Amino acid sequence: MSYLKPTLHHPRLPTNALGLTRRDYEGSISTLCAGCGHDSISAAIIQAVWELAIPPHRVAKLSGIGCSSKTPDYFLGTAHGFNSVHGRMPSVLTGANLANRELIYLGVSGDGDSASIGLGQFAHLMRRGVNMTYIVENNGVYGLTKGQFSATSDKGSKAKRGAINTDEPIDLVALALELGATYVARSFSGDKDQLVPLIKGALTHPGVAFIDCISPCVAFNNHPGSTKSYDYVREHNEAVNRLDVFFDRAPLTAAYAPGEVVEVTQHDGSVLRLRKLHPDHDPTDRVAALNYLARHKAMGEIVTGLLYVDPHPEDLHAHLGTVATPLNRLDDAALCPGAAALAAINAALR
Amino acid sequence: MQPLSATNDFVVKFANVNGSGSASANQLFAKAILRMGIPIASRNIFPSNIQGLPTWFEVRVSGAGHLGRRGGVDLAVAMNPQTWDRDVAEIEPGGYLLYDSTRPLPPGRLRQDITVLGVPLTELCNAAYTDARERQLFKNIMYVGALAALLGIEAEVVERLLAEQYRGKERLAAPNRAAFHMGREWAAANLPPIGLRLARADAVGERIYVDGNTAAALGAVYGGATVCAWYPITPSTSLAEAFERFCRRFRTDPDGRKRYAIIQAEDELASIGIVIGAAWNGARAFTATSGPGISLMQEFIGLAYFAEIPAVIFDVQRAGPSTGMPTRTQQGDILACAYASHGDTKHVLLFPEDPRECFDFAATAFDLADRLQTPVFVMLDLDIGMNDWLCAPFAWDDARRMDRGKVMTAEMLEAGATFGRYLDVDGDGIPYRTYPGTHPTRGAFFTRGTSRDRFARYTEQGAAYVDNMQRLLRKFETAKGLVPRPVEEQAARATPYGVIFYGSTAAPMREALAGLAADGIHLDALRIRAFPFHDDVARFIAAHETVFVVEQNRDAQLRTLIVTECGIDPARLVPILHYDGTPITARFIRAAIGEKAAAPALVPLRRTAP
Repeated sequence: MSYLKPTLHHPRLPTNALGLTRRDYEGSISTLCAGCGHDSISAAIIQAVWELAIPPHRVAKLSGIGCSSKTPDYFLGTAHGFNSVHGRMPSVLTGANLANRELIYLGVSGDGDSASIGLGQFAHLMRRGVNMTYIVENNGVYGLTKGQFSATSDKGSKAKRGAINTDEPIDLVALALELGATYVARSFSGDKDQLVPLIKGALTHPGVAFIDCISPCVAFNNHPGSTKSYDYVREHNEAVNRLDVFFDRAPLTAAYAPGEVVEVTQHDGSVLRLRKLHPDHDPTDRVAALNYLARHKAMGEIVTGLLYVDPHPEDLHAHLGTVATPLNRLDDAALCPGAAALAAINAALR
Repeated sequence: MQPLSATNDFVVKFANVNGSGSASANQLFAKAILRMGIPIASRNIFPSNIQGLPTWFEVRVSGAGHLGRRGGVDLAVAMNPQTWDRDVAEIEPGGYLLYDSTRPLPPGRLRQDITVLGVPLTELCNAAYTDARERQLFKNIMYVGALAALLGIEAEVVERLLAEQYRGKERLAAPNRAAFHMGREWAAANLPPIGLRLARADAVGERIYVDGNTAAALGAVYGGATVCAWYPITPSTSLAEAFERFCRRFRTDPDGRKRYAIIQAEDELASIGIVIGAAWNGARAFTATSGPGISLMQEFIGLAYFAEIPAVIFDVQRAGPSTGMPTRTQQGDILACAYASHGDTKHVLLFPEDPRECFDFAATAFDLADRLQTPVFVMLDLDIGMNDWLCAPFAWDDARRMDRGKVMTAEMLEAGATFGRYLDVDGDGIPYRTYPGTHPTRGAFFTRGTSRDRFARYTEQGAAYVDNMQRLLRKFETAKGLVPRPVEEQAARATPYGVIFYGSTAAPMREALAGLAADGIHLDALRIRAFPFHDDVARFIAAHETVFVVEQNRDAQLRTLIVTECGIDPARLVPILHYDGTPITARFIRAAIGEKAAAPALVPLRRTAP
């Protein structure tokens, strides 16, 4: 496998609004298996951040432990990364977010990391409404420890060596909806056209944006009997919509039939244009989305797309009422009450 | 039996039912004595419960200024029938018992060697009040009035305290005043004078009366903490709550926006995770917990140690192990904190002795954490944290600035400074770090708990790993010169004996030393205030034939730490251990050391021939 990354690039690579090429958004070379879904997601992240013209160093990328948690090293090399401990990325990211509300927070995790050991932290982060993009790279196995079932493995699915999973799976999308996430999507690492806009929408969403991205593990869960293999996902993928993201109210350039497009204008003025693929899905109704998921799951479908979005989310900083200046920039004058105040406190304690 | 007679030197213990409103009345009693210029040491003894179980409040009046627990009770105010027998049994021979005489005592339940003082509190209250809650509450103020008559508390002092307490609420002040006077007048008219007296003095001075948790929280504010993530646990909850109160007062902009963020997390793991994430991103962050929380935080502490991220952890220790005794004190987390997490780790510990040091050390902890880029534990205990202590007033130098440690700025990076996250640039073992988002193309690195080289590049090469681990030891050496130094107090004359102690043992230790000296046993004393140990500790031990180590845990944990870290022969350190959940007393220390010092085994081997 490759271990050297070329430094040369085409002289006329396209640049974004910042004058940066896609290469400026890359990281180290991946050490994942050839064909791993996670590498496609990393590519989609690079694409999305580049298209949005976000300065790469203004992203803080955090992860837990696992194959997916290794990936922040492979994108946005000029951004600070934090590969923390298993299942605990949400708390670390929350703390980082509190310290500096101006950065863009991207948390990358896996199904082992977020649906087992990390289920509690996942849930409470959703509840708190931390402004971030949370991507679970979901392959239904523990890849780094070589193939055990994860909590998102479907009931009845078969492990590589033949064991059958008898536990009920956890649907992180349903949980996220239940717990108050304001941008909830599912996608597939093999569908870049769907995934890149979803990531763009998530990065611009000023609340908890959650994407459950199925990402087949070629080493341990890509065989017949797996419900998270490339083949299985392609056969059962039912996208509810296609998402285009715009930053101003661009006029509709194509003709759409009535009811075919849903436009959601976000708090910052950007517009999410959803081209509906299923008439009975309403992306602005949380309860309907939950319902939709349950019904279609029973039909054996993997529902993908932007399942729910709240155009006016509130984030943790809004709830707490923190000052606009990032806490990590406050100086002594802003933080220390001083000797005079202390004298008053002393007087009250005598 | 001669009734006890003492002026400004006795112990009063209140036995109440918790949730009955007694705390306010008992505090009034304590503060009134303080306002008369007489030092007191007060302690709450409370059950792990909310309402209905016994609670005690012990007030030691000490004109001499002894602030440790003495042991023994001279005057018991027994308001809880449930604990009657033990409350009466605890009274010193010649002591006094104050009780509600509305209901007659069962015959034969009284000792002959104490003076019984009955006040018909219920009867008096029922006559004066009709509301059930008032009848309960004012009973407490009434016995304060009775005590005022018996002991000689100046009525004006109490009136002034009530006026302060109920400022703006005259509706409440008046009945409280009335209840106080009712009790006082009844006692003056019906009870005999007793031998315990208060005489106005001038021994309090400028000192303040405050609990350690409140002081630590204030220190965190002054120390520049902006992020607090915590989970409720006895006895540390009040630290986080005090921080919030102080922040509302001092860190709120005119428009109501906050210069702080406090998260009550879902558990202790999330709490320390939030702290580490915030500190990684350049904010000063802390959590407050107790033993069980420390156990939960082990993994994250190891991450902060190895990835070198600041964190301040207040451990208000309680009796362990496991759930232990949640409302009893102990110094049982020393080893758990010093060596927290798997693998080879060593952490900075601070040992404040009283609320004044809680304030100072709290503020200093943030400077140390930032400078050393590592977790710093501030080791309080329930005795310091949840009791009010007389201590030196808080002080702050307005010229003081936060020491943020080695942080490489955008300017430095732009100027071409070599940046290696784990690169030791000047031999002190401490590298530079960068905050996320600092520079467009320089200074970014990957933080993780795995091994890496000096430039934060992942590696499994043994040499790089060992290099890093050795640098962490160098950093710990550097810490020795930065943390609070031990404080030595020499005996009045040369002695082969030394004694080492720390934290809340300090107050009873001082009293014990005076008593031992009177017994002819002299000891040089060393109060340890931090780990890693300054070289003074090893020097002190080397300079004495026998050194006692006094602590409040079963396994002599600080002694273990000294033996291990200073390479001392364990035979040279004699443990003196008290760990039943009550605060250690001077009587205990004096008896234990006295016994061992007199024992033949400790007489030097070399003797002159007779």
